[in-house]
Amino acid sequence: MISIKNKNSLILSLSIVLLFNSCSTDEKQTVVTKNQLVMSDEFSVNGAPDSNLWSYNIGTGTDGWGNNELQYYTDRPVNIKVENGLLKITARREQYMGEAFTSARILSKGKFETKYGRLEARIKLPRGKGLWPAFWMLGSNSDTAIWPQCGEIDIMEYLGNSPTKVFGTVHGPGYSAGNAITKTFTLPNSRFDTDFHVFGIEWGENYINFYVDDALYNQITPFDVTGDWVFNQPFYIILNMAVGGNYPGAPNSETPFPQEMLVDYVRVYQ
Amino acid sequence: MKNRKINYLRNSLLFGLIILINISCERDLSDEATNATFPKTADVFIDAPVAMGTDFYFPYGGSKATAWSIDNQVSYKGTASMRFDVPNENDPEGNYAGAIFRVDGAGRDLTSYDALTFYAKASRGIIPNALGQGGCEFGFGEDFFPNKYIASITQVSVGTAWTKYIIPIPDASKLLQEKGMFRIAAGTQNTGGAGYSLWIDELKFEKLGTILPLNASIMNGTNVTRTTFVGVTSVVNGVVANFNMPNGINQSVTIAPAYLNFVSSNPSVATVNDAGVVTPIAAGTATITATFNGQPTTGSLIINCTGTYVNAPTPTLNPSNVISIFSDAYTNVPVEYYNGYWQPWQTTVSNDFSVLGDNVLNYTNFNFVGIEFDGPTVNATSMTHFHMDAFIPGPIAPGRQLRVIVVDFGANGVFGGGDDTRHSTTFTATTPTPIVSQNWISIEIPFSAMPGLLNRNNLAQIILEGGDNSILYVDNIYFHN
Repeated sequence: MISIKNKNSLILSLSIVLLFNSCSTDEKQTVVTKNQLVMSDEFSVNGAPDSNLWSYNIGTGTDGWGNNELQYYTDRPVNIKVENGLLKITARREQYMGEAFTSARILSKGKFETKYGRLEARIKLPRGKGLWPAFWMLGSNSDTAIWPQCGEIDIMEYLGNSPTKVFGTVHGPGYSAGNAITKTFTLPNSRFDTDFHVFGIEWGENYINFYVDDALYNQITPFDVTGDWVFNQPFYIILNMAVGGNYPGAPNSETPFPQEMLVDYVRVYQ
Repeated sequence: MKNRKINYLRNSLLFGLIILINISCERDLSDEATNATFPKTADVFIDAPVAMGTDFYFPYGGSKATAWSIDNQVSYKGTASMRFDVPNENDPEGNYAGAIFRVDGAGRDLTSYDALTFYAKASRGIIPNALGQGGCEFGFGEDFFPNKYIASITQVSVGTAWTKYIIPIPDASKLLQEKGMFRIAAGTQNTGGAGYSLWIDELKFEKLGTILPLNASIMNGTNVTRTTFVGVTSVVNGVVANFNMPNGINQSVTIAPAYLNFVSSNPSVATVNDAGVVTPIAAGTATITATFNGQPTTGSLIINCTGTYVNAPTPTLNPSNVISIFSDAYTNVPVEYYNGYWQPWQTTVSNDFSVLGDNVLNYTNFNFVGIEFDGPTVNATSMTHFHMDAFIPGPIAPGRQLRVIVVDFGANGVFGGGDDTRHSTTFTATTPTPIVSQNWISIEIPFSAMPGLLNRNNLAQIILEGGDNSILYVDNIYFHN
């Protein structure tokens, strides 16, 4: 459900802003305060994800969604549901429609698209090699401007066999896939599969700042990319958990299944 | 040094808080409060041993005691490392390097750490072989004795470049005053017997926060049934805890039972203590299971207590009148096996046990079993009788037999060849020596009653037959006059 800004969320957002301000000490970075909540999904209604906000990608796409991924995405509750205040995306090892794994992927395309803003989600990530969950965005013109021309902002990507690391990345024309502009954030004294963490970007004209919890760890500007800056246009949000593929490699015998990606909320501020 | 001061300050603050709480409820200081006075020193070896006292190096028996030294030329960081010169396998002073490093003084409070870490490298790559031998073993918690909280990683490979190793602490809340700071064992089983050098540096306890405890298991994850008797203890073993490491790889740690919490399904049959020692107290069945950090473990120890053990009658014959195959009263002749596991028809499994020094052959799932002693064969021409004590704990079914077959391998002294002879003697519930339940059956068979056995100067086998897949205990097998 898209909730209207209320007093509670305003207080919450203010407190978060204070937190960030206290840590945004790098003078070279452009840090803005975006505290007007324009969209949030708190995942508070049990059942399927809110259809006013999310639709599904089903199946395997082309060549495993372009990455030779091994899962078949479904909209079944065993793969995706809202329960007890959390969105649960569950990857399973099962034979289904000719694939060895199932999982889910939802996107806000055509339902919520935004140009600029502070976008963040509070997520607990899974464990095990081959699991590749992500909180990311594609340009709203992705049907006509073929990737990577449409632009891709990976707010958070994670590999289940690197439990202390996440990646913040942008892909665009001339800097995609292996040549994407990326930076790794490593948790010094904790893991991403044991607790929830907040992953977000502050995105404005000609800059994207990446943060985890209260740590702002990267800024990408047109100066940093080796091609056209394609991020001054609307984007939509994607949440998914891939299994296998070129980037993470296949699950191994130690990968436990089923594994859950738990999302406490997705919030967008302007 | 600065950090340590802060820690002490925090400890004293905590201490004060506990005192206040206790005063308010008018009680003496709890044990937990006094434990806070043990040092929380993390470092074990940095450029020298840290707060280890004077007498801290204790090599294992059979290892080369001089293998350990401090190397001032080689270090990962700082000025020195610990070097272990693993000896050649034919070194008369010991064929491996192994030792514990134990604090000479008060134990340390390690409750605020989650791992022992160090850097290691070797003069050549050390890799365990397919059987897991020849790798290195590292751990802590061994203090000679009782080694209550020992934990080790085994079958570890060490390469020629400095690499960080992490040994997860299974449950740090147990380590309130630990003296066993480090243990190491390294051999040459997979280097063709050739020695090598192994360096260890920056050895310390750390709070990493990046280790995820997974499951643990007892009895190596299997359900083990053990037939035993009142007062005959068993120990839970094969305790392994698994951890997902910061690099995403699962690491298993062999740990002491004391890290687990045990429970008996039937405390009136068997009790279990904190160290996993199981004591049967009455006939019946009890299943011992465990939890690790509050989570159930896989595997169990099923105690099948058959009551109070009654020893077989103690033999009274003079040893000079006896050729013994199996008895604690005599010196036994060389026996190739007490269970040949003859395939494909044999179901009998040996679960031999010992009750206060009395060894007993325990044939479970018994249908038939062969005992062989042909190296050399036994010349019993001066003997007149065969003796064996048998005990059947279960009921005797109608028609149940116990057949005792004595086999002579003949002049060629080996099985077959046309010269083997044998005689089978059958015992039932109605024979002069009846088979009974829950009482020792003393079987005496004169050679004069074994017409099928043409010779007895190359005796080589005893075969027991007639089992109904129940249990048979056997003791005191001998020839005598």
